[in-house]
Amino acid sequence: MYSGDFAYYAPTSLGEMLTLLNNAKPEVKVLAGGQSLIPLLKLRLASPATLIDASQVPDLRMIADSGNTITLGAMTTYFQAIDSPLVQQRCPLIIQALRQVGDPQVRARGTIGGSLAHADPAGDLPAVAMALDAEIHAVSSNGERSIAAANFFTDVLTTALQPNEVLKSVSFTATDQPATGTAYVKHRHPASGYAVVGVAAVVRLGADGTCQEARVGITGAGAHAARARGVEQALAGKTLDEAALDAACASAADGLDLMSDTYASDEFRAHLTRVLAKRALAEAASRAHSQA
Amino acid sequence: MRQTIKLKVNGVERQDDVEPRMLLVHYLRDRLNLTGTHVGCDTGQCGACTVLLNGEAVKSCMVLAVQANGAEVSTVESLARGTEYHPVQQAFWDMHGLQCGFCTPGMMMAAVGLLKRNPNPTDDEIREQLEGNLCRCTGYQNIVAAVRSAAEKMQSTPAAAPVTAGASGE
Repeated sequence: MYSGDFAYYAPTSLGEMLTLLNNAKPEVKVLAGGQSLIPLLKLRLASPATLIDASQVPDLRMIADSGNTITLGAMTTYFQAIDSPLVQQRCPLIIQALRQVGDPQVRARGTIGGSLAHADPAGDLPAVAMALDAEIHAVSSNGERSIAAANFFTDVLTTALQPNEVLKSVSFTATDQPATGTAYVKHRHPASGYAVVGVAAVVRLGADGTCQEARVGITGAGAHAARARGVEQALAGKTLDEAALDAACASAADGLDLMSDTYASDEFRAHLTRVLAKRALAEAASRAHSQA
Repeated sequence: MRQTIKLKVNGVERQDDVEPRMLLVHYLRDRLNLTGTHVGCDTGQCGACTVLLNGEAVKSCMVLAVQANGAEVSTVESLARGTEYHPVQQAFWDMHGLQCGFCTPGMMMAAVGLLKRNPNPTDDEIREQLEGNLCRCTGYQNIVAAVRSAAEKMQSTPAAAPVTAGASGE
């Protein structure tokens, strides 16, 4: 199966890449790992005139400790993130989620930046970016700017990135503090493995065992990943027992623009969102207890 | 606009002009006549086209040939050394890890990839890590048994475990 024809460039520096992005014949797409884009090209759902391969740009490859956050370069593959001792120790939520992305062949090629920039409504990583309050660092020939995950995903396959911008790196809030636990739980589509609904949760407990902070990211349910702020607020100060989780998660699907398809109706997605939010929070709370 | 690519396939240096839209699997099959790598679904689901790219198992229908510029590629043809089977091939033979054989090249390359990452996997881990490869004949039981058998053999005699990317010639 062949895609339409396109011009292909593999710049070897960020400067060269940005120049190409400004000057190349539209429509231009940046090629990261290609595990979403290449299938789209083959199906001719995307037919860009120009493809800019980001794989030879050294500035897009890094894994760094940045204090309260860890920063992953856009071209970090899922396997590189999964194998990183820094990510394992400081952001185990990323590991738990990435182990559930696609299959091993996809995890060898797929990248952190590609996944976020592609913004598949059923992608796993966007929920994690939400729950870890990620900052997405974009660069253009005008300079750099950071976009909060909460403002990054704007619609199906659509982000706040401008046409002249490249996603350079992502900073995720580290969760290796005492009494803090995280979890990612998803309902896999039985054929594709994509998240029909996926929920990422972070829970931080106080000295008295009550919830000091909860952050919940949801993917799959609506057109793009979202925070469940209502759930988060309902849990503040509460002991995270069955009753408190039930009460808070009853509103987990509120305000979501729910999708509906032949596999899962909007009603079923709402149900999954409530159930999986509770499971993710319970798992995160149990980890937080064992870290106390 | 054709591009020149240079890469090493099964240990042999290659240089070719390709269209940017040419998939790695078509380059391997149609240009190099390495037809052991199969095209199954052509949509990234089935894993029949799995090869090693710089030592990692990837689906060659989801990689452009131009993306393999400068890389090392190993196909199923690189596994045997002359008439001596690779432990993974021998294990698929011994445990009857196939029926029609269509998925087998991809299944074996995925197995080689997974054993590199996890040399001593449990049955659950084998099943989990072969989830990118579909087989419509076997029900997977004998495939899992074959990977387990290969792992045991490669653990007990590491010398019998060649296949780093491009280690063996044609």
